[in-house]
Amino acid sequence: MDRRAAADLLKEKFPDAVQSVEEFRGETTVAVDSVRLRDVMKHLKDGEALRYDLLLDLTAVDFADESPRFRMVYLLYSTRFGDRLRIRTRVAEGGALDTLSDIWKAADWLEREVYDMFGIRFSGHPDLRRILLDEGFVGHPLRKDFPLKGTEFDQPFWSFVFQPKTPI
Amino acid sequence: MGITDLSQDALQQVINWARKNSVWPVTFGLACCALEMMVASSATYDIARFGAEVFRPSPRQADLMIVAGTVTKKMGAVLRRIHEQMPEPKWVIAYGSCACSGGIFQTYSVVQGVDQIIPVDVYVPGCPPRPEDLLNGLIALQEKIGRERWGLRKLVSLPRGIHG
Amino acid sequence: MTETSLMTVNMGPQHPATHGVLRLVMELDGEVIVTAVPHVGYLHRGMEKLAESLTYAQALTLTDRMDYTSALSNNLAYCLAVEKLLEIRIPRRAQVLRVLLAELQRISSHLLWLGTHALDLGAMTIFFYTFRERETIMDMLEQVTGARLTPSFIRIGGLAADIPDDFLPAVRAFIEAFPARIAEYEEMLTENIIWKKRTKGIAYLSGEECLQFGVTGPPLRASGVNYDVRKASPYSGYEEFDFEIPLGQNGDVYDRYLVRLEEMRQSNRIVRQAADRLPDGPVCAPDAPLVVPPPKEEVGKDIAALIRHFKIMQEGFRPPRGEVYASIESSKGELGFYLISDGSNRPFRMRVRAPSFNNLGALTKMIAGEMVADVVAAIGSIDIVLGEIDR
Repeated sequence: MDRRAAADLLKEKFPDAVQSVEEFRGETTVAVDSVRLRDVMKHLKDGEALRYDLLLDLTAVDFADESPRFRMVYLLYSTRFGDRLRIRTRVAEGGALDTLSDIWKAADWLEREVYDMFGIRFSGHPDLRRILLDEGFVGHPLRKDFPLKGTEFDQPFWSFVFQPKTPI
Repeated sequence: MGITDLSQDALQQVINWARKNSVWPVTFGLACCALEMMVASSATYDIARFGAEVFRPSPRQADLMIVAGTVTKKMGAVLRRIHEQMPEPKWVIAYGSCACSGGIFQTYSVVQGVDQIIPVDVYVPGCPPRPEDLLNGLIALQEKIGRERWGLRKLVSLPRGIHG
Repeated sequence: MTETSLMTVNMGPQHPATHGVLRLVMELDGEVIVTAVPHVGYLHRGMEKLAESLTYAQALTLTDRMDYTSALSNNLAYCLAVEKLLEIRIPRRAQVLRVLLAELQRISSHLLWLGTHALDLGAMTIFFYTFRERETIMDMLEQVTGARLTPSFIRIGGLAADIPDDFLPAVRAFIEAFPARIAEYEEMLTENIIWKKRTKGIAYLSGEECLQFGVTGPPLRASGVNYDVRKASPYSGYEEFDFEIPLGQNGDVYDRYLVRLEEMRQSNRIVRQAADRLPDGPVCAPDAPLVVPPPKEEVGKDIAALIRHFKIMQEGFRPPRGEVYASIESSKGELGFYLISDGSNRPFRMRVRAPSFNNLGALTKMIAGEMVADVVAAIGSIDIVLGEIDR
């Protein structure tokens, strides 16, 4: 199956949801309206000519000075057609996206990581809590306004551990 | 000859000799350096030549903690607890740049050197240090144990330990 | 009537059989696991954040420390992504050498896995056997790269240096001897009744479930799904090599073991072909003067080369705006780098698609209903590396 075709099929099926199709270095990126994300993804997985059965990765990017602030990126692969596709959508700070963890179980942990690192919430996620950092950690490190060294870099370790923190 | 007939110095020397040649490390691999620690225990480098081949899974049976790898803040409290579970006398080798000083990871989640949590006896820098470096560090530790005198070895007392 | 309740058992983060700092919280009904929840993040070093503050060339050093059992594969994946962004063409010699090094690294990673996995299940002898061969590979890699674990040898635009003269003879000696070594391991394990009892039918995962969880690499292929990036979307000239993708049927620990053993044989074949058909020529892209630093001899003599070298080292280079994803088949599964460039000399965002992360996500499903002693078999069989999971 040709690469271009997947984006075209998607455009036909969801003319209102597909915002743009980009080609860069031989990779196709389809920008999708966040409200229709779930429908599009369900179709991508189950659609007869699509069959993107492997959710390789799911991540976010922080464009701090743009609005809406975050971009969500989904990397899909179809084992039947050997085809890759990238879906992206925008989400505002404090906003929430629909979870995909019931479509692909892989999204469960990946969405937790995005929540941990960016603070983006996923409505309908069964167990949305931090995955890599401590429960008491304040802030979301991969946001552009979070300093690389954190806020307590120069303090001795024990003050870090024993300072009472308000869980987020 | 009873034990009281020995001079305190001679007794100390016997004890030191026994201690330094049977240092049992706790299995405590954190990151990349743990692989080199495993290699040091394999046939090529054979850490058994120095009496330290008995890697104990339980800290309660170990004398030496080889902190091999990056200590994160999430791991820090666990590490401290494991160190406190080890019976005295106990020693610590900080193996690798991350354990010595945080290494290249000057980030929000990494403890900048394990000596912020537990007292370190020997620092072995490198990213990762070769297995020979671990053996070298072990020999340095053995020399240090050999010089120990009663009463001079301080018990671990960092502020606000987990157990009081 | 006696009352029964579930027992919660904590395993890790310090546990000899978790291969790093993994923590499992298990709910047990007697010996049977009701549920087991992995807790990760004990080795989270903030690499993705750190990469945003480093130049593209500097960020390469972080990739070594992700999957530290196969650092060269990580280097390769990262370099492929940056090269895709820059549209650099790599000379043939460098491509073949990259394949050769990556496959040697795959063998060494699988050897490490086999040794520790067998050690976890009580077969200690094999640990010493596999580490013997792994040391041979480590010595060869050290010959080429100068480092054992974290070489950073595959660079953006090619390789850091050409191979020394005594490297290929060493490789040939190794590939001649290695098939007999694998036979030795097989003799000890494959038909061993204890090994079979500990691994057959344990931690089953169907192909369908693997795809659901995003599992890639040997665990996926052991369940019968034929997906290997080397064949599916070849990189670095893999399409020219003749090798097969071993598949399992049962999706259990035993099949994962068989798949990895066969992969070592196939890697050996690839290394042999690469050594045979290694062409002459440069090992760095000749048409990328702003990316590849000039050779050392030139820097000492030519002021222009010195300035160029200084600029590349100090400032790096500025790829065009855009986003790329490049992936390879590492020893654990599909390892991908998703890079976003904003036109500056530092990556705007570096995302690592770590195979172990998704593979570990399937652990809960894998071991539900198994006996508690099978947990170490299951963890061992997916071959996790925590440096990659937590990044």
